[in-house]
Amino acid sequence: MAEERVAAPVPEIRTVGVDGMLVSFGSRLSEPANRAALAFRAALAAESWDGVEEVSTSLVSAYVRFDLRHLDHAALRARLGALLAQRDWYAAELPGQRRLWRIPAVFGTELAPQLPQAAEAAGMTEAEAVASLSAARVRVQTIGFAPGQPYLGELPEAWDIPRQTQLTTRIPEGALAVAIRQLVLFSVATPTGWMHAGQTAVRLFRPDAEEPFLLRPGDEVQFTPVTPEELQGLRRDPLGGAKAEELS
Amino acid sequence: MTGTLTVLRVGPGVTVQDGGRPGWLEYGVSRGGAADRLALAEGAALLGQGADLAAIEMAGMGGEFQADSDLRIALTGAPMRASIDGAAVAWNASHLLPAGARLAIGAAQRGSYGYLHAGGGIQTPQHLGARSAHLAAGIGAPLAEGDALETGPDNGRTTGLGFAPDNRFEGGTVRVVASLQTALFPKAELKRFEQTTFRRGARGNRMGVPMESDGEGFRPDGARTVVSEVIVPGDIQVTGDGTPYVLLAESQTTGGYPRIGTVLPCDLPLLAQAAAGAELHFRFIPLEEAVELERAEAEWHEGLRSQCFPLIRDPRSMTNLLSYQLISGVIAGEEDVL
Repeated sequence: MAEERVAAPVPEIRTVGVDGMLVSFGSRLSEPANRAALAFRAALAAESWDGVEEVSTSLVSAYVRFDLRHLDHAALRARLGALLAQRDWYAAELPGQRRLWRIPAVFGTELAPQLPQAAEAAGMTEAEAVASLSAARVRVQTIGFAPGQPYLGELPEAWDIPRQTQLTTRIPEGALAVAIRQLVLFSVATPTGWMHAGQTAVRLFRPDAEEPFLLRPGDEVQFTPVTPEELQGLRRDPLGGAKAEELS
Repeated sequence: MTGTLTVLRVGPGVTVQDGGRPGWLEYGVSRGGAADRLALAEGAALLGQGADLAAIEMAGMGGEFQADSDLRIALTGAPMRASIDGAAVAWNASHLLPAGARLAIGAAQRGSYGYLHAGGGIQTPQHLGARSAHLAAGIGAPLAEGDALETGPDNGRTTGLGFAPDNRFEGGTVRVVASLQTALFPKAELKRFEQTTFRRGARGNRMGVPMESDGEGFRPDGARTVVSEVIVPGDIQVTGDGTPYVLLAESQTTGGYPRIGTVLPCDLPLLAQAAAGAELHFRFIPLEEAVELERAEAEWHEGLRSQCFPLIRDPRSMTNLLSYQLISGVIAGEEDVL
C-alpha cells in the first residue's frame, strides 16, 4: 500500500459486478475511513431494505449485494446517497456490541522468527518492539482474504514498514504478522509478505463450532506476551487462551 | 426414503456442491458452491426437485458409485462417459440406478465439471447453512474411496428424461461489465483486452483461472497500488505480471490487485467449463444490458423443467438431436424408457 496523500475524502458510490454496490470512504486506508465504513455498514444492516441480500465491509468501504429482481441500481444508489447525506460518517460512533479480546502471543523465538527483522525496520530494539506491539490496542478493521482472518490496526507510526518483496513460503495458522501499521492474525497457513513477529494458539475459524468465527469487525484486540511453554499449554484450548470482555 | 450412495473409486477433484453459502463475506468466507450453477439447475429440473439440493461435482474425472437402494440420478455439466453395470447411459439425462448396480463415470470429453445428482439430493452435513465443500476455507473435503453419502427423501419417481445441451463446454465469448476499478485501466488497454484471444491456463481451479495470451500483459494507468477491496465471483484481477485472472466461486473475499471488469454471472458457467487451452474472448456490455440478461437467466432456470423431454433413444447415438421431434413440457411415465 504505497500511499499518496489525498485531500479530505468524500464518499464515493460505485458498482461491483452486476448486482453489487460499494460505498467507499477513501482511496487509501485511514482510521476515519475505516470507522466510517464500519458505522455505515451497521446503519445499512439496521435499515434492512427489501432486496438487499448481504452487507459487509472491507477496509474503507461498505458493500451491498442485492437481488436484481427486487431492486434496481438507480433506486439503490438513491437510497445509499440519502443515507450518506444523513450525517458525517467520518465522525460516526463505532457500532455497538463490540468486544475487547486479550490474546496470548509469543513474540520472537523460533515460533516467530521475524521479530528481529521487524523491530529493525521499525527502528526499535526487540524489547521495545515487543513492548510496543503488546501495548497497542488494535481494532479489527476488516475480516477477509481467508475465513475469520482479521486486519488489525492502527499501529503507531513507527510500524509503517513495508511488506517483504520476497514472500515467506509458509506462515502457520495463528501467526501474528506486521507491516504497514497493521497486524494480520492468520487463520490458515499461507505464503505471505507480512513479517512473522508473534505466534498465538487461537483458532479464528471453527466450521463445526456454534460460533464459527472468533472475531467480528470492530472488535478490539490486545496481545499479551507469554512464553513458548505457556503457549504450548494453551494449545489444548481452541481459543488459545483468548478472553473477551464487552465494550460498551 | 433416504439411502446411501457409496463411493467405490473417485477422481481427485470430486466434491459435494450446492448453491454455496452466501452471506459470510463479512467473515472472510466466499460464497463457493457449484462452479457451473446452470448444471446444478439442469440436474434439479431433470429430477423435478429443488435447485438448492446438493450434488456431486466432478472436476475432469468421475468415479464409481453404488447405491444401497434404488436411486434416481441425473448427469449434467461437462459430458463424461457413463455406464450402469457396463451399459452406456446418456449424459444430460436422468436414470434409475438400481440398488447394488455400479455407476461408472469416466473423464470429461469436453469441458471441466460434470455433475452427478441424486433424487432427494446429497445430504452431507451443513456448515454455515450449506453442504458445499469449500476447500480453500477448510470446509469439507474431496470425496474419497469408501465414503458413504446419505441421500435425502425422494418424492419423485420419473426417470428417463433428457434435454438438448447448450454449447458451453468449448470456450467462447464471455460478457463483462465495468466494475469499481475498470477506470484505472487506459481506454486503449481495455480495447486491447477485448480484442485479445485468451487461452484458459492450466493452473485453474475452483478459486479462479488464469487467462493466457501471446501479447503483453495488461497494465493499469500509472504504478499505483489500490486499497484491498471486496471480490465477487467473476472479477477479473490483473496480477503483477499483467495476466488477467478470473476469480470464481471459491476465491478469496478481498484483494488488492486492480480488477479490469467482472464477468456476468450468467456467463460464468461457460468460463468455468472452459478446459485448459480453450479459447476465450471478453466483451464489455453496458450494465443495463447485463441486468436484463441476468433477469432472463433467472427465468430460464425457472423454466428448465419444460425443456426436459422423455428419452426414447440415447441422444449420443442420434446424429442430429435437434432434427428429432422432441416432446416438450411433458413429464414421462413411471418407467425408465431408456
